[in-house]
Order: sequence, then structure tokens, then C-alpha cells
Amino acid sequence: MVMIPAMQAHVATDHVFAALADPTRRAIFEHLARDGEQNVRALTVRAGVSQPAVSKHLGILKHARLVRDRRAGRETHYSAQPQALKPMLDWMGVYAAFWHERFDRLETLLKRMDQ
Amino acid sequence: MTEPAATRSLIVEREMPHPPEKIWRALTQGPLIEEWLMKNDFQPQVGHRFSFRSTPVPGWNGVIDSEVLAIEPNSRLCYSWGSMGLMTVVTWTLTPTKGGTHVRMEQTGFRSEEDAAYKGARWGWTKFIGNMDRVVGGLN
Repeated sequence: MVMIPAMQAHVATDHVFAALADPTRRAIFEHLARDGEQNVRALTVRAGVSQPAVSKHLGILKHARLVRDRRAGRETHYSAQPQALKPMLDWMGVYAAFWHERFDRLETLLKRMDQ
Repeated sequence: MTEPAATRSLIVEREMPHPPEKIWRALTQGPLIEEWLMKNDFQPQVGHRFSFRSTPVPGWNGVIDSEVLAIEPNSRLCYSWGSMGLMTVVTWTLTPTKGGTHVRMEQTGFRSEEDAAYKGARWGWTKFIGNMDRVVGGLN
């Protein structure tokens, strides 16, 4: 049954999806992935929300292992961990097998149906 | 930034030797849907919320939560497909051909523009995934 591995992929990616469900967090993550390590202040300037809000978003991203933090003196620097996205991107491939199987079943049904 | 929105779409297409009207019945009548896809309480009505149900397995409750998003009889059917917090959209398109019908299923990775809740989001999922796909692809 193709369904089961597809759904296991769902479970594996669930926390990543939850972390990225928010557009501000996606934007923060994308900035870090594209431009490299940054501190909260620099991220706040670009995010258009308050610094505490950015810190909270970073905490959620960190919990999902999408970002890593590094203390340097009084500053905390954040960097993206894009490999955490891999299970999510692989998910489409798993669903491909599911739909091909369902297309087969649809064709079998159509052969049995009256016009 | 001009990455097509379809970057993370899954498309399955097949030519079937049956008229669109017949395939449409298989896509939109609950008992027929059950025969090839899953148990369901589908109704061909935009805005109708329904679910597909399968046998639960450890880690998955067996439920796909859906809503009918668009219906054009015998040609196009679109519903959301949500499970475990992951939202996708499935769109069926039927195109008549000489010998039958071209059947196209497109599952977009994330909510489409048709979902008002996501309209205006500064960073659309599809664009995001397109960009991230390149980043992650660059890891290998």
C-alpha cells in the first residue's frame, strides 16, 4: 500500500511545516538561507515586525532545526540550516507513487463502468 | 524571483480511452471515488467540506480533510487536501481528445491562490519552495 510511506513522510515533515506555516518566518528563513548568518537586529530591520516578535519566530525556527544560533559576546547570530527542508521537498516524490497507483485503479474502474 | 509557481507541483497525466463525462462521474460520485481513491463524503459543490478516510496507521489518523474549491462539469475539479497540518491542493483537468480524454492531476505543494487566507502573503509557499529547492539542491 503506497499510502503508508506517504503518510510517514507527512509525520516526519510536520514540525517543519508548522514552523514555516507563517509567512514572516518563511521570509526570515529565506533571508538567512540566501544572505548567510545575521543577528536579530539585522533580521528585525528586514522583517517589518518588532524585535521580540522576530526573536519568538527564531525560537520556533530553531526548535524545528531550521536555524542554528551562535553566541558571540552579547550578540546572537543566526544561520539557516536548509538541509532540514529535505524531508519536506522529498515528500512530493513519495506522493508521485501514490497517484500513479490511484490512476491505475481509476482506469480499472472505468473499464468496468457503463458509458 | 520569476520562478514559476508550479515548481513544487506534482503532475500525473494519462490518456484514457473514455469520454470526459464518464471520467467526471468517477471523479465526482462518492461511491465511485471510493472504488479507486478512498472512502469519502464528497459532494460536487464549491465550498463543501468533506474528508477522505483510510485505515489509520501508527502516526497517521487516516483522514484527509478537504474542501471543494472549484468545479467545472466534465472539465475541471479542484479540492484542498490536508493531512497532519500539511495543506496541498489537487486539481483535475479533463481535456477531450480524438480517442478519449487527457486526464491531468496536479497536486500543488501548498495552498493555491484560490485560498483567500493565503492571498496577499508576502512570501507565497510556492515561490518559497521554488527558492528553497535551489538552495537544498545546491547542498549535494
